[in-house]
Amino acid sequence: MDHSATTPVDPLVLDSMLPYFSELFGNPSSLHSFGNEASEALSLARRQVAEIIGALPEEIIFTSGGTESDNLAIRGVIPHDSGKKHVITSAVEHPAVLNTCAFLEKVGHDVTYVPVDSNGVVDLEYLEKSIRDDTIVISVMHANNEVGTIQPLKEIAQIAKKHGICFHTDAVQSVGKIPVNVDDLGVDLLSISSHKIYGPKGVGALYVRKGTMIEPIVFGGNHEKGIRSGTENVPGIIGLGKAMVLAQERLEPDSEKMRQMRDSLIKRILESVDDVRLNGHPTQRLPNNVNFSFKYVEGESMLMLLDMKGIGVSTGSACSSRSQKSSNVLSSLGIEDEYIHGSLRISLGRENSMEEIDYVVKSLKETVSKLREMSPLAGK
Amino acid sequence: MQVSDPGGVYLYSKKVIEEFSNPSNVGSIENADGVGEIGSTVDGDIINISIKVRDNVLEDVKFKTFGCVVAISTSSMVTKLSKGKTIDEVLELKNEDVIEALEGLPEGKDRCSGFALDALKMAIEDYKQKNK
Ligand SMILES: Cc1ncc(COP(=O)(O)O)c(C=O)c1O
Repeated sequence: MDHSATTPVDPLVLDSMLPYFSELFGNPSSLHSFGNEASEALSLARRQVAEIIGALPEEIIFTSGGTESDNLAIRGVIPHDSGKKHVITSAVEHPAVLNTCAFLEKVGHDVTYVPVDSNGVVDLEYLEKSIRDDTIVISVMHANNEVGTIQPLKEIAQIAKKHGICFHTDAVQSVGKIPVNVDDLGVDLLSISSHKIYGPKGVGALYVRKGTMIEPIVFGGNHEKGIRSGTENVPGIIGLGKAMVLAQERLEPDSEKMRQMRDSLIKRILESVDDVRLNGHPTQRLPNNVNFSFKYVEGESMLMLLDMKGIGVSTGSACSSRSQKSSNVLSSLGIEDEYIHGSLRISLGRENSMEEIDYVVKSLKETVSKLREMSPLAGK
Repeated sequence: MQVSDPGGVYLYSKKVIEEFSNPSNVGSIENADGVGEIGSTVDGDIINISIKVRDNVLEDVKFKTFGCVVAISTSSMVTKLSKGKTIDEVLELKNEDVIEALEGLPEGKDRCSGFALDALKMAIEDYKQKNK
C-alpha cells in the first residue's frame, strides 16, 4: 500500500532484462556484434518509451532516474553563459525539482514557487503573473507524489506557449496511472522514472521536444547525443521499455480497478471515522492515491501500528523528535496544525485487491481509535 | 518516512515496539494529586502525565500522549519506572535511565525522549505546589 514510493519489478520485466546481464553484455558503443545487440535493444526500448508518450525515439534521453531527469531538464535549459535567468515552479514539487531550484537560486538565478490551493492545484493566475522577460522554464509536476493532485498541465502549457517559455513536467507519478501524451499535455520536457511502474530502480528517461535547446549536466563520451554521457545502463533501460509497454497495456483495467479501490477506501473511512479529512483534490487525483489526515493522532505512530498489521503506508508528518520536517506539500495546502501531524498516504498498486481494502479499512479504524484512546487531545 | 529498513527490520528496539504497541498505564487519573503536560499541536507531541501520591510514594501514574513512537513508548516506560517509587527516587531518574530501559533509541530519534520524564517531573512539581 506504498506504491508511490516504489514498486516490485514485474517478472516479465525482469525476464526481459536478464539476458543483458549475461549473454548479451555488450557495450552499445562497441562496433562488434555483441555491441550491436545491445545497441539494437536500446533502440527498441527508446521506440517503446517514445511511442507510449507520443514522442519520437530521438526525443528520448535515458537517465539514471526521475531525479536526474528533473535535474537535467531544469538545469539543462538554462544556457551556461546566459547570465541570470528566472525559473517558475510550484510549491509542491518533489525534492528533485525543489532542490535543483534551490541550487539555481544559490548560483544567482531567480525562482518563483507558485502556491497551490487547498486541493493542491497550482494558482494559474499567479503563475502567469509571475512570468518575466527572463523567464526561461516553467516546471510543474503532472501528479503530486504525496496527495495525488493532478495539475492542469494543458492550461499551463498554453500560458507557456503564449509567452514562448519552455515547459517541463515531472510525470514520475502519473506515467502508467493516467494517460500521458506529450502533445496532448503540450510539454517540452517530461521526466519518467522506471521504479514507479514495476521497472528496475536507477533508470529513467527525459523527453526533450525536438528543437528544445538543452545542454548536458554530465560530460563524457557523448552518449545519448551528448546530452547524457556515460555507458548506458542496458538491462535497466530494457526493463524500463518493457515496464512502459506493460503499463500501457494495463493502463485502463489497472487504473479502473485502482480507482474503485481508492473510492471505496475514501468513502468508507470518511463515513466511519470522525475528525478525518482527505488531503488533495476530491476528483482530480491519481487513481491509486489516498491521503488522509486524522486529528488527535500522529503519523509515525499510525504507520507503525499498520506496519505491524502488515500494511505498509507512508506519512508526510514528522514530530519534533526527528530532524526531518513535516511535508512541505501538506503545509502548502494550508492544512491546520491539528491535522498536519496525522497524515497518512496509502498508494495502491495493480496487485492490490478489494479484500485488502476491506482489511485496510478495518485496520485503519482500529489503529486510529487505539491511538485516540491514548491521545490527550481526543474527547477534550 | 520509514519505520523499518528495506529488509523489514524495525529501526526500533524490541522493547520500544513492545511498549509502543502495548503501553502500560494509559489514561488520566481522576482527582489527580498532580498533573504535568508538555508540548503543543504545533510541535506534534503532547504528553500529559497525572499522579496519585500517598505518603510520598507515587501510588499511581498514568499518561496520555499524542505523538510518535518514541513519545508513546517513553511515556509508557516513564510511568512504569516511577510507579511505586518515592518522590525523591523519581526525581533522581534521568533520561538515560529511560532510554536504557527501552534498550536504546535509534540515532536522531532520542531528541524528544526526555519529554515524558519532564512531564512527570512537572506533575510532581504541581503536587508539591498544591501541598505546600
Ligand atoms: C514526483 C517524483 N519525482 C521524482 C522522483 C524521483 O525519482 P527517482 O527515484 O527515479 O530518482 C520521485 C520518486 O521518488 C517522485 O515521486
